[in-house]
Amino acid sequence: MKPEIHMNVEIAGVEFKNPVMTASGTFGSGAEYGEYVDLNRLGAVVTKGVASVPWSGNPTPRIAETYGGMLNAVGLQNPGVETFCQRDLPFLKQYDTRVIVNVCGKTVEDYCQVAERLAEESVDMLEINVSCPNVKEGGIAFGQDAKALEEITWQVKRYAKQPIIMKLSPNVADIGEMARAAEAGGADALSLINTLTGMKIDVHKKAFALANRTGGLSGPAIKPVAVRMVYEASHAVKLPVIGMGGIQNAEDAVEFLLAGATAVSVGTANFANPCVTQEIVAGMEAYMEQYAIKDIRSLIGAV
Amino acid sequence: MKQKENCRVIEQERIGREIYSLWLETDTIAKEAAPGQFVMLYGKEGSRLLPRPISICQTKGSALRLAYRVVGSGTQEFSHLEPGHRLETLGPLGQGFPLQEAQGKKTLLLGGGIGIPPMLETAARLEGDVTAVLGYRDEVFLKDEFEKFCPVAFATEDGSGGVKGNVLDAVREQGLQADVIFACGPAPMLRAIQAYAKEKRILCWISMEERMACGIGACLGCVCDTVEEDPHLRVYRKRVCKDGPVFLSTEVEL
Repeated sequence: MKPEIHMNVEIAGVEFKNPVMTASGTFGSGAEYGEYVDLNRLGAVVTKGVASVPWSGNPTPRIAETYGGMLNAVGLQNPGVETFCQRDLPFLKQYDTRVIVNVCGKTVEDYCQVAERLAEESVDMLEINVSCPNVKEGGIAFGQDAKALEEITWQVKRYAKQPIIMKLSPNVADIGEMARAAEAGGADALSLINTLTGMKIDVHKKAFALANRTGGLSGPAIKPVAVRMVYEASHAVKLPVIGMGGIQNAEDAVEFLLAGATAVSVGTANFANPCVTQEIVAGMEAYMEQYAIKDIRSLIGAV
Repeated sequence: MKQKENCRVIEQERIGREIYSLWLETDTIAKEAAPGQFVMLYGKEGSRLLPRPISICQTKGSALRLAYRVVGSGTQEFSHLEPGHRLETLGPLGQGFPLQEAQGKKTLLLGGGIGIPPMLETAARLEGDVTAVLGYRDEVFLKDEFEKFCPVAFATEDGSGGVKGNVLDAVREQGLQADVIFACGPAPMLRAIQAYAKEKRILCWISMEERMACGIGACLGCVCDTVEEDPHLRVYRKRVCKDGPVFLSTEVEL
């Protein structure tokens, strides 16, 4: 008989059946990947960024492949919170998984408006996106200045009924300082890292690969940076951390837990294998059996 | 649950300078495939994360044929595949050509460059008054295979064969009439066909191309601009991978 293993983790009072989540922006609102993955197997679905009104995003090309990674400059295209609540949320509620809504905005008021609209909805947590490198106003402007980060955290917290996760940018000098600012503002958890700002130039066309010129770098190329930042952030604050950045398999996921993450998000790897999230859950179970680990929480910050 | 298929390579042949024809043995992909749809191909080299979208060229039972141009390291990798090798494939994906719209109508199939392959299966499945018009830079490929299914006109940019010029030059020179157009090719060609169809009041569907990541409609990497607000996305954009790649020419901005 197989020994019983416990995969469940808890973040800010919310219980997750396992620590595997989807990274915002790579998984839509779950409907498309629901044909390839049993969403019931996931700890949580983290949705694509949702704004107060529909956003049309950036011009194309929005995608460019790089060595061991990719750049994107989608620019947070989304149908707005009203459509999200009426169509996408009821879809997600059919599944036995947690729902974390990624919230984006151009002004503090935008974020607060979305948080307020979601307050009465059946949503488990909000992830506040203050780190998208692909929109000019808002987004990253709040994520690269500790004072602004603390202020927006405090403001959104006033409107949010659900616990809030502040999603941090790696494009900063001191991730510990940003983690402490979010904690001081009243954040319930942190998630990191968002993408690293990058650029690709097509030498044959002598032109930028992305219409936006710069984009966010993701994929296994950024994983060591992400592991280091998760380690630093989780040691700088008491808040639980959701780690992400280049996770492709169960071993990568375990690496983030050992660095201090309570849960992990899988993003770009979905594009290389649409079934990968489910496979990572199974792979983590196998890892625990291999090393006779009964409780996955014993791995968190264990180095 | 849907998943990738690990397809066996039946054969691969070089049919042009940079053009390859690849036959794969599939479980369900070939049987489900419709002309104008595409598949995602997943290479084995770990430094390249993203799959490559390749249009469906032909199906025979469970065998799927893809014809593609080597444009970079990803397609270069595929060009080395030999019989018995395996290739992970996802599909069929997207919306193909609405064949029922061509039923009993005078139909032109316009293909330019690497937009020619998807028109072959379209030609194979259509019955009635169908003419294929193929546009090449210089080197001609697949033309003889179209001739098994329908009359063919063709053009080369350098005038080395057929009409000198592009597909529309061939259409005009040969005085070809149409009630319905199905087209696939580079953006400038599609733009010209879109304008031609509007001027002549011809119902026209075009197959678009864009850089993709997921291929299933989730990442919003491959959108195109639309004339009307899309009811799903709530903006003036549609997803090339999921809502397309085939669109009515009057609904998209090129």
